[in-house]
Amino acid sequence: MKLELRGITKRFGALVANDNINLTVEAGEIHALLGENGAGKSTLMNVLYGLYRAEEGEILLDDKPAHFAGPGDAMKAGIGMVHQHFMLIPVFTVAENVMLGHEETRIGGRLDLAAARLRVKHISDRFGFAVDPDALVEDLPVGVQQRVEIIKALSQDAKVLVFDEPTAVLTPQETDELMVIMRQLKDAGTSIVFITHKLREVREVADRITVIRLGKVVGEASPTATNEELASLMVGRAVDLTVDKAPATPGAPALVVSGLTVIDPRGQALVNNVSFTVATGEILAIAGVQGNGQTELTEALMGLQPRVVGEITLDGKSLRGHSVRQVLDAAVGFVPEDRTEDGLVGGFTIAENLMLDRSHRLPFVKRFNLQLALLAEFATAKVKEFDVRSQGIDTPVGRLSGGNQQKVVLARELSRELRLFIAAQPTRGLDVGSIEFVHERIVATRDAGTAVIVISTELDEVAALADRIMVMYRGRIVGIVPGDTPRAVLGLMMAGEPAPITPEPTTPAPTEGAAA
Amino acid sequence: MSDTPPQTPPGSATPPAGSPGKPASRRDRPQTDEESRWHGVFREITSGSAIISVLAVVLALLVGAVMIAVTNDDVQESAGYFFSRPSDLLGDVWGAVSGAYSALFQGSIYNFGRGSFAEGITPFTETLVFATPLIAAGLGVALGFRVGLFNIGGRGQMLIAAAIGGWVAFAVALPYGIHLVAALVAGILGGALWGGIVGLLKARTGAHEVITTIMLNYVAFYLVSYLLREGFLRTPGSNNPKSPASKETAVFPDLLGPDYNLHLGFILVIAATIFTWWLLSRSNLGFQFRAVGENPNAARVAGISVQRMYVYAMLLSGGLVGLAGINQVLGTTTSGFGATVDSGIGFDAITVALLGRSKPWGVFAAGILFGAFKAGSFSMQAAEGVPIDIVLVVQSLIVLFIAAPPLVRAIFRLPTPGDTPLRARPIVVKEVAAK
Repeated sequence: MKLELRGITKRFGALVANDNINLTVEAGEIHALLGENGAGKSTLMNVLYGLYRAEEGEILLDDKPAHFAGPGDAMKAGIGMVHQHFMLIPVFTVAENVMLGHEETRIGGRLDLAAARLRVKHISDRFGFAVDPDALVEDLPVGVQQRVEIIKALSQDAKVLVFDEPTAVLTPQETDELMVIMRQLKDAGTSIVFITHKLREVREVADRITVIRLGKVVGEASPTATNEELASLMVGRAVDLTVDKAPATPGAPALVVSGLTVIDPRGQALVNNVSFTVATGEILAIAGVQGNGQTELTEALMGLQPRVVGEITLDGKSLRGHSVRQVLDAAVGFVPEDRTEDGLVGGFTIAENLMLDRSHRLPFVKRFNLQLALLAEFATAKVKEFDVRSQGIDTPVGRLSGGNQQKVVLARELSRELRLFIAAQPTRGLDVGSIEFVHERIVATRDAGTAVIVISTELDEVAALADRIMVMYRGRIVGIVPGDTPRAVLGLMMAGEPAPITPEPTTPAPTEGAAA
Repeated sequence: MSDTPPQTPPGSATPPAGSPGKPASRRDRPQTDEESRWHGVFREITSGSAIISVLAVVLALLVGAVMIAVTNDDVQESAGYFFSRPSDLLGDVWGAVSGAYSALFQGSIYNFGRGSFAEGITPFTETLVFATPLIAAGLGVALGFRVGLFNIGGRGQMLIAAAIGGWVAFAVALPYGIHLVAALVAGILGGALWGGIVGLLKARTGAHEVITTIMLNYVAFYLVSYLLREGFLRTPGSNNPKSPASKETAVFPDLLGPDYNLHLGFILVIAATIFTWWLLSRSNLGFQFRAVGENPNAARVAGISVQRMYVYAMLLSGGLVGLAGINQVLGTTTSGFGATVDSGIGFDAITVALLGRSKPWGVFAAGILFGAFKAGSFSMQAAEGVPIDIVLVVQSLIVLFIAAPPLVRAIFRLPTPGDTPLRARPIVVKEVAAK
C-alpha cells in the first residue's frame, strides 16, 4: 500500500512540531525517517496513527484521502505501529497479547484462544520468527517481545508498519535480526516507516531516507550517503563523529574494585563478584545491554545500594559502606543515567540545581544561609562555560531540552575537584550536537588526570570514548578488552560469549574475566 | 523504601525491604512512573498558582450565595408565586445574599454601625485573633507539603503542645516574662515531639505519615482526656475534665489594651511566618527540604539524606503547629482548657496551607481570610439568621476547588499550562518538550 502525507502541519501552542511535511512511502519500500530527538518524527507518526489531529494537511492511502479519529481507525485502514516502549501485557501469553483489543469469542463469550494461537503460529512460521504462542511475554527476551509486537500488527492485516526507534533496546545481534525481518516484510509487500536517529542502521536497511530537522523536511538522501553527510543534514552543520583524543596516559590505579556483589531485596545477585581497576587518566567504558547490572554497579560505587559485598577503594581509601555524601566528598563525580529522575530537580532553577550536591557546606552555604549572590555568579559562569541555552539561570531545568539538562548535570559534577568521574549513559536521548560536547568534556576530564568510568549501551559511544572496555552480562564481567576491539567481538560479548583472547596491553593491574 | 516519594498510597505494590530504613532498589520502572504521576498531582494541588486560589475563593462564595438564597425563608415563599411576580423572588434573593455577606464583612473587618473608628475596627482585631493559630498551624502543614509530607496530625500536635505548655503555665511558678517564654517553648517542643515521632517512624520504617499522624491524633486526644480527668492536668477538687487556668505570669499580654482580644500571639505568628520564609527560601536546610519535596531521588543521589530531612521537617512542622496549640492556652482560652482546645484548627490548617499554596506569606493571607470567616460567621448568624454551617460549606468548597484546578480552569477558561494535545501520550509529550 502506498502511503502519502501531504503538507502536514501540527502545532502545540506557539510551537510548530511539524511544519508542512510531505512524505511518500511507496508500497514495499523501507522508508527511513531520520532526525534528532525532538525533530518531530514521533509527532508526525502520531498524526498518522490518529493520536493527534493535524491542523493542516492530509493523509492519502493508495491516493485516497483517509481520516483517522483514533488508532482504531488507523489500524482498520492497515496501519500498524511497533512502539518504542512495547505495549504488551507481561503476564499474558503471546497469543493473548496478539488478540488483545480484537478478541474473538465463541458462544457464551468464551475467548477463542485456539484461533489466536493458530494465527500467531501462521505469521510466525511465515517469517521464521520462532515465537511460541503460549509463552508468557515476561519470559521472552526483548528482541522476541518486539517480534510479538510485529505479529500483533500483522495480525490486523497491517500494510504499512511504523517502527518507532525499534533498536534502542536491542543488542547488536538482535538489531541485525530485526534488519533481516524488516527486509522479509518488505519482500512480502509491506511498506515500512523506520524512525531512528542511528545512522548506521539507516544505511544498512533503508531504500529511501527522509531527514527531518526542527519539524521540517530538510532533505532526502540515498542509503549510499556517508555517515557524515547524513549527520550534517540532521544537525544542519558539519559534524565530527569521531572524538579527538590523544592516547591515554594512565597513571597509578585510582579505583580498585574487588569481589563486588550487589544483592537485591529478593536475594538475587544483580552484580556478581565483579573486580576491576581504573587508573588515573584513563576511560574505562562499561558496555552491555541495558539491565545487565551496570546500573547497580554504579549505584554500589556511589553508596546508593544498601546490600553490597566486596571492597571498593579510591586512592587506597575504602568507599564501601559510605553514604552518598561521603562518596561525593571523596572527590567522586556522578552523572546518573536517568537525569530527570535522579540527576536534577525539575522544579528547581538552573542555579539551584548547580548547588544540589553542595547544599551542606561552603562555598554556597555559610552558617545555614544560602549564598545567593555567589551562587548567581557561579551559575552565570557555568552556564556560559557549558553553553547551556536558556532564558537565564532562574529558568527551571524542567523546561530545558534534554541536551541542556545534561549540560547542567555535567557543569555541576565537573565543577569540583574530582578523583573519579562516573558517567552513566551520558548521551542518552541527546542530539548529535550535544553528544559532541559531552564527549569532549569527558575526554578533557580524563586528560586532567581523573579516572573516568563511562557506562553506555551504545557501541558507537563506547568505541569513541573507551581506552579499555569492560563488557557486562547478567551481572558478571564477560571480559575487559582494549578500546579498539572490533564491534563484532563486542557484540558477541554483550550476548554473553567470552572474548576470544583477552590481551591487555594497557591494563595496569591484573583483572579477572568471565571466570571471576 | 524510605526513598520512595511519600505520596505512595499505603499498601501499594512495593517490594518488601530487606532491612528496614534502608532504600530498596528503585529499578521497578512502572512503579516509579506511577509514583511520579502521584507526585505531580500532589505538587499541583499543594503549590499551584495563586490565581487558582483567588478564583477558588470567588467560586466558593458564589456557590455559598446560592445556598444562602435557597435556605432563606423569604426566598422560598416568593418562589411559590414566581410566575405571577418574578421580581419578588429576585429581590428576596438579592436581599438574602447581600444581607448575609455584608453581615459577614461587618463581623470580620469593619462595623459601620459603631460610632468611632476604635469601635468599628474591633471585628478586624477579632479576625486576627482567630487567624493567629490558623496561620501558625497552616505554616506547619505547608512546611510539610514542601518536603512532600502530608501532616494531618495538627490536632494531636496541638493537644500535646497545649498539654505540656499548659502544664508549665499553670503548675510552675516563675517570674513574669520567663514564665511566658518557658511555657511557649514547652508548647512548641511538645508539638515538635509529636511531629518528630511521625518523622522518625517514616525515616526508620517507611510508615506513611498520613496513617501515623491520624493515629497519633487519637492517641493524643485520649491521652490528654485521661490526663485532664485523672492525671497531672486535672483541676484539683473538680470533676470537670478541664485544666486549671494559666497563671497570669504566663499569659500573652494584650497588644491594644484590654478593650481588644488581640494578644502577643499575633506578633509571634508574624515572626513564625518570617522564620518559615527564611527557612524555605534562604537557608540550606530549606533548600534540602525543597529538593526532597520536589524530587527525593535526585536529592538522594546528590548526597542529601532524605530520611534525616523527613525527621527535621516533621520536627519543625510539629513545632509550628505546637505554636498554634500553645497560643490557644496562653492567648485565647486562658481560663483552663479541655480536650477540644484545638477546636478543629489542626484540620482547618490543611485548608489554609492549600489555599496559601504552601508559601509562607500565602499561608499568612489565607489564615487571615479564614480568621475573617470565623469571626464573621457569628455575626452573620446573629444578624441574618444564616446558619454558621454555610461558612463551613464555603470553606470546604474552597478546598474542593483548589483540589480540582482543571475544574476552576474550565469554569474561568484559563489556559492549561503546556496546552495539552488532543490525546496526550507520555512518549509524545516528552518528544515535544525536548525541543
